[in-house]
Amino acid sequence: MSSRIDVEIEHKHAPPPDGKRHPNTCPKCESHYRDDELEANLWVCAHCGHHFPMRARARIAHLADEGSFVESAAGLRSEDPLDFFDLRPYTERLAEAEVSTGLGEAMVTGEAAIEQRPCELAVMDFAFMGGSMGSVVGEKLSRACDTAAERGVPLVAVTASGGARMQEGILSLMQLPKTVCAVEDLHDAGGALFVVMGHPTTAGVLASFASLGDVIVGEPGALIAFTGPRVVQQTTREKLPDDFALSEQNLRFGHLDAILPRREQRSYLARLLRLFSDAG
Amino acid sequence: MPGEAELRLRERLARLRSLPLLGGAKLSGELERLERQLERLAAAPAASADEIWRSVELARHPDRPYTLDYVERLLDDFVELHGDRNRADDAAIVGGLGRFAGRTVALLGQQKGRDIRERTQRNFGMAYPEGYRKAMRVMELADRHGFPLLALVDTPGAYPGVAAEQHGQGGAIARSQAVMARLGVPTVSCIIGEGGSGGAVALALSDRVLMQENAIYSVITPEGCAAILWRDASAAKKAAAAFKPDAAHCLELGVVDAIVPEPDGGAQVDPDGAARLLGDSLGEALEELDTVPPDELRRLRRAKFRAIGVFA
Repeated sequence: MSSRIDVEIEHKHAPPPDGKRHPNTCPKCESHYRDDELEANLWVCAHCGHHFPMRARARIAHLADEGSFVESAAGLRSEDPLDFFDLRPYTERLAEAEVSTGLGEAMVTGEAAIEQRPCELAVMDFAFMGGSMGSVVGEKLSRACDTAAERGVPLVAVTASGGARMQEGILSLMQLPKTVCAVEDLHDAGGALFVVMGHPTTAGVLASFASLGDVIVGEPGALIAFTGPRVVQQTTREKLPDDFALSEQNLRFGHLDAILPRREQRSYLARLLRLFSDAG
Repeated sequence: MPGEAELRLRERLARLRSLPLLGGAKLSGELERLERQLERLAAAPAASADEIWRSVELARHPDRPYTLDYVERLLDDFVELHGDRNRADDAAIVGGLGRFAGRTVALLGQQKGRDIRERTQRNFGMAYPEGYRKAMRVMELADRHGFPLLALVDTPGAYPGVAAEQHGQGGAIARSQAVMARLGVPTVSCIIGEGGSGGAVALALSDRVLMQENAIYSVITPEGCAAILWRDASAAKKAAAAFKPDAAHCLELGVVDAIVPEPDGGAQVDPDGAARLLGDSLGEALEELDTVPPDELRRLRRAKFRAIGVFA
């Protein structure tokens, strides 16, 4: 007779399993919105302030001055160096992600201006394979660092990532040192990196370029962790604090400079860009 | 006999070729890509799933030599340094100074522990952020005094715990790499057992990255990968065969610079022999780097890592 009881412990802030709730229903307060209502409020719940996921293109449209964004490296596509096959081939997952998101990869980069201050933008999109970092994300971030250095402008990175892309095996792990080296080159050239951490910013992305920002801010309620709550709970059986690994805890422990609601990010970044530019 | 991967590739190639030509350029790109993969596969070491799994088992063998076993055999006058100069001394990472091949070097490495008591004390080689801060402190000391840095990597991964998160695990791993990217002294890392994810790469941003014959280097443990992608932790062997963490594949992908041979049957059979072979490789690597000026070391090191990746 089996006496084993399986108890699944879920973090109270963890998003509900896919398919159980309409994507426009707030997971915190159950308020429901039409698409246009959410869009008008930058995908933030008007009732409780919960931040819904925000797509990369929408973030760029909101952050950059109108018409200022010029995308670069848009043609970069992942290869399948390991010929990786789990339940489905990696190439099939990539094609599907491209069709469903309209993006070539999990990061969009390019030059832009925020309140007339020039900068380089690198924005991640969680909808593309969980925002995972493979060779292309690493290369785009790396090139964005170089462009920022050449133009003498800061790099603004907005992260949303589950970590390294397992389907690229060890090559995805190598994107950690790769992006770290790129940021170090940017810093040596006198350039600055500002990071806005969205939900979630975890594992490989947190353990590389995202944590090297000269200024780092988090979105309210974003999970910012090297290891997420479920794995920590399963591995250690430790009792998790209520706000475990959320932006709020990270701020308290000194890992963030501020928590910024979406509405305030644009003017905050503009202030930083002014402070870091020679002209003042 | 063609492997499963090759058959699958050939099938996809045949399917693509039979399609009426639609989007010209893009499709021919895909064809080229598949053909290149096929060539690579033919040239690749024929490591089967069983061979890869054998590496996984040897890399985790309980008798495999750990960092301190090599320190004992390769370094004279070893002085261990303790503490991160901030709040703790993490025993999962060992740091110190010693004489290697007639010169003073700084040494870092994860240390797993032989018996239950030591394993608990060393947390099975899984460091907290304090461990990586201790490592950074030793790196900076080495840089200040011009000592080359040797790092022996052997960890299942950085520790996934509540306190580790609160103390900034992700940031510590990122900054440890950043410090390594800045060092003006020669640096050589060797994966001597498990090179587990971020916890391993935090000590592996080096001028030369070596890997022992039966070590593994991977983005996630086979069990973790199986649990996520197959939703079945027992599919670990299948997962390992898919993401190929063995030394031959790491060399082929350009992730490591050289493979360090082990005695027949693995390092655990003859630790003295394994140490001699490791010492020879470390010595050769240091010699190559000896005459390179600091700025050039930094430039070449960063260029090497920035070139890693496969894309179209």
